[in-house]
Formats: sequence, structure tokens, C-alpha cells
Amino acid sequence: MFQFVKTMFKKDVNPAEVVKKSREDRFMARELINGIFTDFIEFHGDRLCADDKSVIGGIARLKGQPVTVIAIDKGTDINDKLSKRNGSPQPWGYRKAQRLMEQASKFNRPIITFINTPGAFPGKDAEANGQGDAIAQSILESMKLTVPMIAIIYGEGGSGGALALATSDQVWMFENATYSILSPEGFASILWKDAKRADEAAGIMGITPADLLEKKVIDQVIPENHRHEKIFAGMQTKLDEEIREMQALAPDELVANRRARYRAF
Amino acid sequence: MDQPTKGEGLAQNNMDLFSSKKKDNTKIKVTDAVRDRIPDGLFLACPYCGKQIYNKELGDYRVCPNCDYGFRLQARERVALFATDFVEFDSELTIDQTDFPGYQAKLDRAKKQTDMKESVLTGSGRIAGEQVDLGIMDSYFMMGSLGSKTGEKITRLFEHATENKLPVVLFTASGGARMQEGINSLMQMAKVSAAVAAHQEAGLLYLVVLTDPTTGGVTASFAMQGDVTLAEPHALVGFAGARVIESTIHEKLPKDFQRVETLLENGFVDKIVKRQDMAEMIGKIVAMHQQEG
Repeated sequence: MFQFVKTMFKKDVNPAEVVKKSREDRFMARELINGIFTDFIEFHGDRLCADDKSVIGGIARLKGQPVTVIAIDKGTDINDKLSKRNGSPQPWGYRKAQRLMEQASKFNRPIITFINTPGAFPGKDAEANGQGDAIAQSILESMKLTVPMIAIIYGEGGSGGALALATSDQVWMFENATYSILSPEGFASILWKDAKRADEAAGIMGITPADLLEKKVIDQVIPENHRHEKIFAGMQTKLDEEIREMQALAPDELVANRRARYRAF
Repeated sequence: MDQPTKGEGLAQNNMDLFSSKKKDNTKIKVTDAVRDRIPDGLFLACPYCGKQIYNKELGDYRVCPNCDYGFRLQARERVALFATDFVEFDSELTIDQTDFPGYQAKLDRAKKQTDMKESVLTGSGRIAGEQVDLGIMDSYFMMGSLGSKTGEKITRLFEHATENKLPVVLFTASGGARMQEGINSLMQMAKVSAAVAAHQEAGLLYLVVLTDPTTGGVTASFAMQGDVTLAEPHALVGFAGARVIESTIHEKLPKDFQRVETLLENGFVDKIVKRQDMAEMIGKIVAMHQQEG
């Protein structure tokens, strides 16, 4: 039987190892979507200027129930990775996500996001098109949506670029995923002026699921193994359960709970 | 603002006496370390246009007479310039968990230098006669970084404003996240945003004034969530650091790439207002949002 984890012992975790694994292509966005949901239909574009390939979004069914699914994807082959900047969304990627989230709220569809990003793309066009604004609006609007939202970090959860899609009722993480304010390399170079001490930095940053469970930044951990179909089946059941529980709440109550979740930090 | 000192008067006299010759004798090299916090009565270079300015020429508002750039102010200097009847909130609120290496020493230094306990000053007061809840971030306090108590003070400011049906005016200045606090710093972006959402839903005005510099997590949250966004001339505002962008795209960025004049052109700022005119402009905008009854 597939079991979710609500407590982990930090002593059992090697943070540098988790960082390494979080960056490997253990799971791909489309594999997750097709493994957990049925009838996925992809929607494109932010309706303002462009379509960002690094953000995959659309509608699907979760055990029959229509839901909105949004996933940051790093890409499969080298060309795909280049076109997705290894999973670093542009502002128009976040705006596409926001459009789909607002659409979900209109049609009373729960939202499930999948996150795997080193961070929002630090490019010239990104900056000129308001990367800060795109993330800020995504977070703000997420605080108002009247449908259940669950965010799942399945690889790297890089800073504001991850938070933009992780301002949710619940945040789950895969066993070998990370969530942090900055990369261990960046952290080491600021702290010791030496990016090579990243492994050491990973040890003190508190970026593993074990650390984040303890701080209540995340709610549960998805154990990993090679039998992906088993993981996906477990996730399907758990998502359905949690979402149905939240759907029993009045919309006002749901939003108030979400805000209270972040008020505690 | 500082009271004029004896030494300053002396320098002023020297200037008058020797203004036609040997001007260069009074010039000093302005290093990064002293930047604009140099003593009165000396020359300094405008960080934006580079013009050599006699310190007294900056005036009370500390503005470059050549290009209108507003020199970085401490929050307490700014509140004295812009607000009256100011009542401070949460002045003693400070982080007590500082086990991160070197964090406590950095905090102590910042507290001493700014006469604050965190990187934002919050309270209620009047700007150009209008009652507002006011937040001012201080770039001299650990680069205005977003600590958990910074987020707490701003959140409480919005909660107070929502409860008392007041507009919020927030002067932003920040290098972004506070690395020493890790993920808790990131969570502040969401926490403040929740309070902004509630304030917004109450139909109340949130006015942002972008000041030099506003970057990182602050730009990616409450600095970009205002109903009205004003900015001081030539303030640097962006999400990613210029060096990070340059190393990503392998080219030099244009000179004014992250200055508010460019943001205005790109549609992310409503209006650039000189510091001397800011209080009046805020007052006018707030007055036009007053609700009847």
C-alpha cells in the first residue's frame, strides 16, 4: 500500500544528495499529468503576448472530476530543454498560469500545480515584461481563488519562481525535491564567496522535505520508487480525498484557511 | 534631518571665500563605503548622473540638483520629510531566532545605524494632511531585506488599515530576500500578499512608491501589487540582478535597463514624481479615493 509521509527524520536525509537528485529528470511533467489524470487537454497562451512552453496547462479529469492542471516542465531532449530554459518560466508563462487559475475558479474546478524550476528566468525580455509583476500578481490572485489548490514540488522549488505557483491550500513535495530561497551554489557564493561549497550550503539551508515538514512549509511528502505507476495511483487517490474534503468547505472558509496558512509564518 | 553643525558653517564660509579658485581642494573621493552618508560640507558624486555636487546643494530632500535622483534615505529621515502626526507601530518587533552564522552581528550593526529594529518602519500619520497607514523600507537596514519580522510588520500594517478603513502608502526599498532566514523569508511574500488581498477586497487604496533600489522578492510581491504605483526619478527597480541577467544572456544591459524611466515606458509604473513633489502628489491621490461617510 502506498503511504504518504507526514514526518521524516532529518538525520536520515543527506541534503547534498537530495539536491543532486532533485535536478535529475526523475519525473517529467507530461508523465505526471498523464499518470494521475485522464482526458488532459492542453491550453496555450497568456492572451497578452505569447505562449511559454515551460508552463504546461490545461484541463483534465481526476477520478472523473474536472480539474485544472498547471505544470512547470524542464523539457526532455536538449532542444526541448533549451526552449524551456530548463524550466525557468518567462513572465508570460506565469500569466498563462494565472489566466488558467482564474478560469478554474470561474468554473469551480480545483487546481493542481506541479513545480520543477531552478527559478523564474533572469533574462532581458523577462525583466522588460515585468517578471516581478507576473509573480506578484500570480501570488496575489492565488490568495483570492475560491477553489481548492494543491501544489506539488517534484524537483527543484526555486524561490519566487516556484512560490508563484505554490501559494496554495496544501503544498506537497516528492522525497527528492527541494524548496528554497536560493540555490545552494548562490547561497555558498554569498556566504563564503565560493560556489563550490554548495554541498555544505545545502546542509545548513534547510531545503529538504524533512526540514520543510518540520517548519510546516509543506504538508506531506511523496515517497519515491521506480514503480511510477504505483506512485501516480497513490497520488490520484490522495488528491481526490483531499480535494473532496476541501470542497465541503464554504468558499469563504477555504480562502480564509489558505490566508491563515501563510499568516502563520 | 541633521541640524547644521559648526563644521558645516565653516565649510560653507570657505566655499564662499574661495569659490572662484582652488575649488578642487575641497573635493574628496567618494568611495562606495561612505557613498552618500558623508559629512555635510563636502562634495560628492551623484550615483546616477555622476555630477559632483556640494553636499548642501542636495537640500533637505537630498536630491541631485542636476538629475533629480533622490539619494537613499533612512526610514526615519523619510518619515520626517513626508509625514506629520506619525505614530509608530511595532517599533520593538525584532527577530529572536538568529542562529545563522553572523546574522546577529549584522542585525546589531543595522539596528545601531538606523535606530530601527527591522528593515521597515510602519505607523499611521498624515501625508499632505491625509490620514494614511504608512510603511517605509530602509535600505540601510541589511539592504532592506525581507526578514520574517519585516513581513510581519507590513502584514500588520495592512491588517490595521483594513480594520480602520485607511489607505496604505508603502515606500519600497529592498535588495530582496533575507538569506539568513531561508524559506521563512520566501513565505513573507505570500503572507503580505494575503493581507494585501484582504485590503483590496475592502475597496481600499494601496499606493506604492518605488524608491532606489527595489529588487528581488519585494519586487515579485507587494511592490508590484499597488493600485497606484509612483516612483522616484532614476530608482533602480527589477526582479533579477543585472549581473545575473548579463551572465544569462551573455551581453551588457543598456544603461537605464532597470531604472524606473524604463519601467514607465514598459507599463509597470504610473508616474515618476520628484521627491520634493511626492507628498503633495500622494495627498492628492489619496483625497481622490476618499469614501463618503
